[in-house]
Amino acid sequence: MSILVLAEHHNGQLSDGTAHVVAAATAIGGNVDVLVAGESVQGVAETAATLEGVSRVRVADAAVYAHQLAEPIGDLLVRLADDYTHVLTAASTGGKNALPRLAALKGVNQISEILEVVSADTFKRPIYAGNAIATVQSDDPLKVITVRTTAFDAVARQGSASVEAIESEVTNAVSRFVDEALAQSDRPELGGARIIVSGGRGMGNGENFKLLEGIADKLGAAVGASRAAVDAGFVPNDMQVGQTGKIVAPDLYIAVGISGAIQHLAGMKDSKVIVAINKDDEAPIFQIADYGLVGDLFEILPALEQKL
Amino acid sequence: MKVLVAVKRVIDYNVKIRVKPDHSDVDLTNVKMAMNPFCEIAVEEAVRLKEKGVATEVVAVTVGPKAAQEQLRTALALGADRAIHVETEEVVESLAVAKLLEGVVNEEKPDLVILGKQAIDTDNNQTGQMLAALTGMGQGTFASEIVVEDGEIRVTREIDGGHQTVALKLPAVVTTDLRLNEPRYAKLPDIMKAKKKPLESRTPEALGVAVPAGLKRLKVETPAERKGGVKVGSVDELVDKLKNEAKVL
Ligand SMILES: Cc1cc2nc3c(=O)[nH]c(=O)nc-3n(C[C@H](O)[C@H](O)[C@H](O)COP(=O)(O)OP(=O)(O)OC[C@H]3O[C@@H](n4cnc5c(N)ncnc54)[C@H](O)[C@@H]3O)c2cc1C
Ligand SMILES: Nc1ncnc2c1ncn2[C@@H]1O[C@H](COP(=O)(O)O)[C@@H](O)[C@H]1O
Repeated sequence: MSILVLAEHHNGQLSDGTAHVVAAATAIGGNVDVLVAGESVQGVAETAATLEGVSRVRVADAAVYAHQLAEPIGDLLVRLADDYTHVLTAASTGGKNALPRLAALKGVNQISEILEVVSADTFKRPIYAGNAIATVQSDDPLKVITVRTTAFDAVARQGSASVEAIESEVTNAVSRFVDEALAQSDRPELGGARIIVSGGRGMGNGENFKLLEGIADKLGAAVGASRAAVDAGFVPNDMQVGQTGKIVAPDLYIAVGISGAIQHLAGMKDSKVIVAINKDDEAPIFQIADYGLVGDLFEILPALEQKL
Repeated sequence: MKVLVAVKRVIDYNVKIRVKPDHSDVDLTNVKMAMNPFCEIAVEEAVRLKEKGVATEVVAVTVGPKAAQEQLRTALALGADRAIHVETEEVVESLAVAKLLEGVVNEEKPDLVILGKQAIDTDNNQTGQMLAALTGMGQGTFASEIVVEDGEIRVTREIDGGHQTVALKLPAVVTTDLRLNEPRYAKLPDIMKAKKKPLESRTPEALGVAVPAGLKRLKVETPAERKGGVKVGSVDELVDKLKNEAKVL
C-alpha cells in the first residue's frame, strides 16, 4: 500500500487536521507520503516532515497553487495518483472542495468523511447526519478518502521525513481567486479546542455572545454557535457547529440556549462531556447532555463566569 | 443564460430515521420524502436569477426512480421552466450521478449548473465538484452569494475560517450553502400550473453514459446512543460536578 496525504495549510501554517489524517493513513498501513501544495510553503513542508509515520513530503510550490483552488490542486493530484493506492485528506471545506475532482477524473468513487478504518478497502462513515453509520467497501483501484479528523488521534511530531520538490506544470484557466475574509481570533480553533462554549438562538443577539466569551476566556475555550444563531446574524458562519457546519468532539461542550435539533447534535454529540443550559426543561438537548441546568441563561452565565 | 439545477429526492429532514433490523440500509418504507434542502436553495437561486433577468431559462434535473418526478414537479412549481428526469431504479451515488449529469450538460449546454452542496441522506458532498471536473468547468462550492457579470460568475464561498470569493469563467458549476437564500414556498396556483409544464424522461443509455458501480454497502448500524445524564440544581453543583466527577475543568 502506498498512501498520499494532501496537507492542509493556511498562512504558512500546517493545519492541525493533517496530523489526524496521517493517523488514518497509518491505520490503513503502508508507505505514507504527504503532499504540500501552495505558494511559498517550504515552512509548511518542514513541519509536515516532523509528523510521525511520514516517509516523504512532496512539495509543489508555485503561484498556480496559491489559495489552493480546487481546479489546479485536483489536476496535480491526478498527475501524482498513479503512484498510490490511497489518497487522503481532511473532510474540511478545503478537502471537500478538491478531492472529489481527483475521484471523478480517475473514474472512482470517493469515500467521504471516514470515522474508522476497518481494512485497507473498508471504512465506516456517517450517513443521515450521523444517525446511521455505514460500513462501505471500495473495489476501485484507487481509494479517494476524506477523513473526519476528530475521529482519529493526531500522530506525534517526532518524525523526520525527507522533503522533495515536485516540478509541476498545471494551469488553471477557469477560476481565479478574488479575495478572502478570515476571522481573526485569539481563541483556539473550534476543530482543535478542548473546551467549546456554544450559543444558540436563545442568546437573543450578537452582543450577548460576550457572556459566552467571558467564560471561554476563563476556560481557554473556543466559541461555537447553532445555525439559528448564525442565520440571525449574531455571529459569523465559521462558528456554526453541526451537520453542515463544523464537526467537533471536545472534552467539554457547553450548549447554551440551543434546543438540540438533530442537525446540531450531528456536529457535537461525540463530545466527551456535554452540558446544556436551557430554560425549557423539555428541550431535546437534555436527552443527550451529561449535565443539564434548567434556567435563564442571562442569570446562569454571569454566575458561572464568577465561579470559574 | 440557461441554468440547469440538479435536485435530489431524499428523506424529509425532520424525519427521525430507523435502521433496518437486517442492517442492510435505512428503512425508507412509508417515510416522508422531500427535495433535499440544499437543492431547494439551488432552485430558488436559479429562479431569482430568472426574475432578475440574468437567466432566460431554468431547467431542473433529477436522477432516480419514477417517484423522483414528484421533486421535479416541486421545482416546476417553484419556478423552473421545464424538467428532465434521468430514470433509473438502481441506487446511484455521486460519481454515477455526476456522469449522468455530464450527459445532460452535453445535451443542454447550460451556462450555469447549480447543485446543493450536500445531499442530507448520504452526506457525500461530492457531486458538484465531480461534475465540474468531468466537464472542465470551474467550481464555486458552498456558495453564500453569487453575482453574474461580464461573462463571469463571482462566488462567495463559506470556508472553515470565514469567506472566500472566486471568479469563474462561464459555464460554471456552483453548489449552494444554507445562507445563499431562503427558499419560497410553492403557492397552490403554481402547483397547478406546474402539472402542465414539460417534463421529459431520459435513460442512461440514451445519454450514452455507462453508469459506474458505487461503493459496496456492507452494513448500516445505529450509532452508540448517548445516554442522558442528570439535571443539576445550581451553578455551584454544575461546577462541582465538572471538576470532581467529570474532571474536565
Ligand atoms: C439541511 C439543514 C442543515 C442544518 N444544519 C445545521 C447545522 O449544521 N447546525 C445547526 O445548529 N443547525 C442546523 N440546522 C438547523 C436546525 O434544524 C435547527 O433549526 C437549529 O439548530 C436551531 O438552533 P437553536 O437551537 O439555536 O434554536 P432554537 O431551536 O430556536 O432553540 C433555542 C433554544 O434556546 C432556549 N432559550 C431561549 N431563551 C433562553 C434563555 N433566556 N435562557 C435559556 N435558554 C433559552 C429555548 O428554550 C430553545 O430551546 C440545519 C437545518 C437544515 C434543514
Ligand atoms: N440523484 C440525484 N439527482 C439529481 N441531483 C443529485 C442527485 N444526487 C446528488 N445530486 C446533486 O448533488 C448535490 C450534492 O449531493 P452529494 O454530493 O451526493 O452530497 C445535491 O444537492 C444535488 O444537487
